[in-house]
Amino acid sequence: MTNKWLLSVCLIASVLAGCSSTGDSKSDDGSGTVVEDRSGAAGTDPAGGASTSGMPAGDAFKGDPLDNPSSPLATRTIYFDYDSSEIKSDYQESILAHGGYLAEHPDVVLTLEGHTDERGSREYNIGLGEHRAQAVRRLLLFQGASDKQVTVVSYGEEKPVAEGHDELNYGQNRRVEIIYKR
Amino acid sequence: MFRQSILIVMILISMPAKAVLDIEITGGVVGEHPIAIVPFSWEIKNAKPGTDVSKVLSSDLSRTGYFSQIPEKNFLERPHHGGEVNFENWRALGVESLVVGRVRPDKNGHYLVQFQLFDIYKSNQKQGAGPGDPEYKIKQVIGYSLPSTAKNLRRTAHHMSNLIYEAITGQKGVFTTRIAYITSKGRVKSKQYELQIADMDGHQPFTVLKSTQPIMSPAWSPNARQLAYVSFENKKAQIFVQDIDTGKRRLVSTQKGVNSAPSWSPDGRQLALVLSRDGNLEIYTLNIKNLRLRRLTRNSAIDTEPDWSADGKSIVFVSDRSGRPHIYRMPAKGGRAERLTFQGNYNARPSFTPDGKKIVLVHGASDGYHIATLDLQSGVIEILTSGRLDESPSFAPNGRMILYAASSANRGILSVVSVDGRVKQKLVLQQGDVREPAWAPFRNP
Repeated sequence: MTNKWLLSVCLIASVLAGCSSTGDSKSDDGSGTVVEDRSGAAGTDPAGGASTSGMPAGDAFKGDPLDNPSSPLATRTIYFDYDSSEIKSDYQESILAHGGYLAEHPDVVLTLEGHTDERGSREYNIGLGEHRAQAVRRLLLFQGASDKQVTVVSYGEEKPVAEGHDELNYGQNRRVEIIYKR
Repeated sequence: MFRQSILIVMILISMPAKAVLDIEITGGVVGEHPIAIVPFSWEIKNAKPGTDVSKVLSSDLSRTGYFSQIPEKNFLERPHHGGEVNFENWRALGVESLVVGRVRPDKNGHYLVQFQLFDIYKSNQKQGAGPGDPEYKIKQVIGYSLPSTAKNLRRTAHHMSNLIYEAITGQKGVFTTRIAYITSKGRVKSKQYELQIADMDGHQPFTVLKSTQPIMSPAWSPNARQLAYVSFENKKAQIFVQDIDTGKRRLVSTQKGVNSAPSWSPDGRQLALVLSRDGNLEIYTLNIKNLRLRRLTRNSAIDTEPDWSADGKSIVFVSDRSGRPHIYRMPAKGGRAERLTFQGNYNARPSFTPDGKKIVLVHGASDGYHIATLDLQSGVIEILTSGRLDESPSFAPNGRMILYAASSANRGILSVVSVDGRVKQKLVLQQGDVREPAWAPFRNP
């Protein structure tokens, strides 16, 4: 409970000025699967470079906290254990941060894509991907996001990001992707 | 001249790919019934044989595991019709069944495939009598003259395989049935998915649907004229029903969330399917005419992969309500579900065998996911395959073979195993992966 309180403080801080206290912010795994539509997002057009270029280290992040690489919001992929839709404690902070962000920005919507590794039956994996995405969705709603802001799609094992056939690859594929539509 | 060459190129491109699925027989194929198939004579003067009908017959029959074929090099004669047969030449080779035939022109410039099947054991002759002699009696089991065309020769050959297989075994042949499957090609982020249909031997494939988004779970209607499937083409799961002959399709389910795992009722009037519109994955039935839904399950677990019993009264499905995925059965109108599997900790994708006595399923073991059967009487699970990632089992409509998806050299392939496990075949796509096979039911004309 204390953690959550701390988190909320951090969240409010991050919304206002950017929160860099997390240290261990999980970045995207580099697969580049997060699809974002940045059109219309104020001051964040990468081509414009208005908010990010040449920023001295240590300064408060001034753009949209969604673009702050050191915010818990920078985590856009949640990974899961085999045949499990339980959210690991490492990801709770990020997911709650996303929920808080949605609550603060009622016009922002996102899609949660649930994915699994290739093992087992394909339709069961659709179910598993759905359960994973729903587990993330519940935490977002718990944090004040509204039902209309969160769309869930399960792709099961149909859209792997890693095509190998070992645990290393499987681990990358067992995921929920948080995809903002701004 | 230039225009002409463009035309030729375009024709080549639009031609259906030839044998996209390569067949490789990987398990013992020698059965107990000795048969000799004499290469048919080609008696069409102005055309070369496009399809070797006796070769198609021979490969059809060899895949059943029922026959042992006498090698051609041992033949003492090469007759093309009954009058030329000296059955002692065949009895000497231990042949039980003999097929002879020819492809001839008919009056309209089309083809006639003429063949005869003889029972060598039941033939007899008086001492010294030879072919043409009234004392010479060779037992013809069947003889047909099948009209065909250059384009249809392969189909005609499969039809001939059916007639011969049925005459010898008393069972219905599946050589003119077809299979549906999903292919995917390309890199992770630029994949091309196709729903294809081919002859049961992988030949003559054609594409039913092409998409840059996943396609899943093709399911044949009981009359083999329609396919239900899941398509993500609109960035969400939706269920379509497509008419195979016309290509016309209808969107039958686009509820919020999951729309998946369609399965036809035996009368073809309903689909059992899986929706998450009420907050969690549940099984529903959908009346295809008026699209009315009836909810069958109600709990917080994953309930999916429904399959109807042949009498339409019950539905088997997978659920992880016990904590692990297991197989359950419930009345098709909904009601209490009974757990059927207790062995292992992963049992999924259940479907009834054609005789209704067993359920075929995907069974997770320590060394991978295998195709297995569950005997409904004894509750015993029998594992039939040994692959690492075997899935999506589908029965031949005569119940003699199981088609399933497997993995070989890190590629998705299709495999066929005879129910006795003796004959194994692989169907490998020349490029990319192939998966989720669905063997079509018999199609009545």
